[in-house]
Amino acid sequence: MAVAREPAEAPPALAVARAPVSRPERPLRIPDTLLVRIGLIIAAAIFILPFYWMANSALKTIQELSVFPPTFIPHSPAWRNFYDAVTYIPFGTFLLNSVIITTGVTIGAAISNPLIAYGFSRIRWPGREFVFGIVMASIFLPFPVLIVALFDIFAKLQWVGTFYPIIVPAFFGNPFFIFLMRQYFLGLPMEISEQARIDGANEFQVFLRVILPLAKPAVAVVIIFAAVQAWGEFLTPLIFLQDESTYPLSIGLQFYRQSHDVSYNLLMAASTLIVLPIVGLFLLFQRFFIQGVTAGSLKG
Amino acid sequence: MIAAPRRRLSAEDWRNLRTALPFIAPWIVGFLAFTVYPIVYSLYLSFTHYSGFGDATPAGLDNFKHMAEDPLFWQSLGNTMYYTALAVPIGVVVAIALALMMNQNLREVAFYRAAFYLPSILPLFALTFIFIVLLNPGFGLVDYLLELIHIPAVNWLGDAHWTKISVVMLAQLGAGGPALIFLAALRAVPGELYEAARLEGAGALRRFWKITVPLITPVILFDLIYGTILGVQIFTPAFVLAGGTSGGGAYTTGPDNSLLFYVYYLYKNAFQYSDMGYASAMAWVLFIMSIVLSFAIMRWSRQWVHYEGA
Repeated sequence: MAVAREPAEAPPALAVARAPVSRPERPLRIPDTLLVRIGLIIAAAIFILPFYWMANSALKTIQELSVFPPTFIPHSPAWRNFYDAVTYIPFGTFLLNSVIITTGVTIGAAISNPLIAYGFSRIRWPGREFVFGIVMASIFLPFPVLIVALFDIFAKLQWVGTFYPIIVPAFFGNPFFIFLMRQYFLGLPMEISEQARIDGANEFQVFLRVILPLAKPAVAVVIIFAAVQAWGEFLTPLIFLQDESTYPLSIGLQFYRQSHDVSYNLLMAASTLIVLPIVGLFLLFQRFFIQGVTAGSLKG
Repeated sequence: MIAAPRRRLSAEDWRNLRTALPFIAPWIVGFLAFTVYPIVYSLYLSFTHYSGFGDATPAGLDNFKHMAEDPLFWQSLGNTMYYTALAVPIGVVVAIALALMMNQNLREVAFYRAAFYLPSILPLFALTFIFIVLLNPGFGLVDYLLELIHIPAVNWLGDAHWTKISVVMLAQLGAGGPALIFLAALRAVPGELYEAARLEGAGALRRFWKITVPLITPVILFDLIYGTILGVQIFTPAFVLAGGTSGGGAYTTGPDNSLLFYVYYLYKNAFQYSDMGYASAMAWVLFIMSIVLSFAIMRWSRQWVHYEGA
């Protein structure tokens, strides 16, 4: 779909099956792997180019940034730009707000989604599949349909201007994450629950002590995706926050660059600082997270 | 969904229902409070004049009548359809191409997968900042690269003909996400099918069209519908590219309003003009539009989607 991703952009990664990399037969097998490699390298270069250009521009002086043709390596890296970016822009304030929002959303997602998904997978109740169909259908509801009414509701609750409208909904589940956790739970043998119930555990104890510990990889995936999503959230803070001191990096940077004429090299330095944690998270947890995703796609 | 023969709930059914309820209760509460209620409430608001302060006053069909003769409404709708009609099919093709590349039997394939996937999880606003620099008419890299192959420079963000194309290009950086779903679908295709086709002398291209494509049509369908739903709500790149506010708090919308997408106009009506009634009416039209588009694509898909065993 590749359409620019707005809020609910979580886990299209769900389905990655980690099948063995070497398999005898493959579609579009071109005899000469060299040709394939060249194509892949060009394509990868296109996808990496924006990062490279961000870092490259972040390290240029404003004079060097405005020359044409542009230079591919800064003459002398202006590391000072990073210092200037975080001092000229109230970066610390925005960063703190981003961290608070991300932490709150992530905690909410980590608590609510396993709980809800458990109810949709480990207990068989009449109407379950139908209700789960509604959960899935809500994925296809464009969020902006709700913003006017939500604003008015949150305004009446006196929540506008606080982080509540952004964080609180995360405590009520997200259809993507419910789906992911449910897939994982369905893949665990029912006998485990039966045994625990025979041993006298009530359903909540079965969930908390038996099933949840087995589902750690899936919870990790939910946590990672929720954090990544909250970190880049744009529309909800734009609507529900009003004072610059409460802005996260997304909104803060956007408004600050207009009102204070932030130069492009500082903007790129700030962007680098925003992107780096996600790149780090991805590189660090890539394997762990693919494992969790794989387990989720085994069944169903 | 086919209605099952009605039967009375057994005691065990009731017990299971009672056990499950506390688990799914958060979703029920959240769904009612943050989805159902807002939809119903905005339907009510769409028939009122409401500034966000004081009381909403009844307006009958005023908002919808205004919509019909509001040139900016039609322009925003046209911009959004233009963008969606370009970005979604291109996005499907790019995602499939990436998936095929991610599926190559090469030692360093993990590197390519990471390179293609990573941009899709980055904050959209940050990618948009990078695009502003890449596409700059004075010192941008893209115009320089075009110049190298003797293509005249384009004023990407200053020329109304190119602004939406810029957003379409930006959107392709997110193709790595759906590409992973396609990758999983590619891997689910039984190897014997390729083997049999190969024995019958089918070339790579023929195998791709006759085996791979039919078997991944369900994923294509999902991607088309979900992509369309995302497409009609495009907002962030336009808001960031257009530059946000000009003097006096008016939100700028690109040259000749070329970046005034539907949700952006809805946002302006609600939060710049404080016309919550009109914005609610727009929200409902968007709601209906997304349902109609989803069902239209679903219907159309009957002609080409291939279900296993069908």
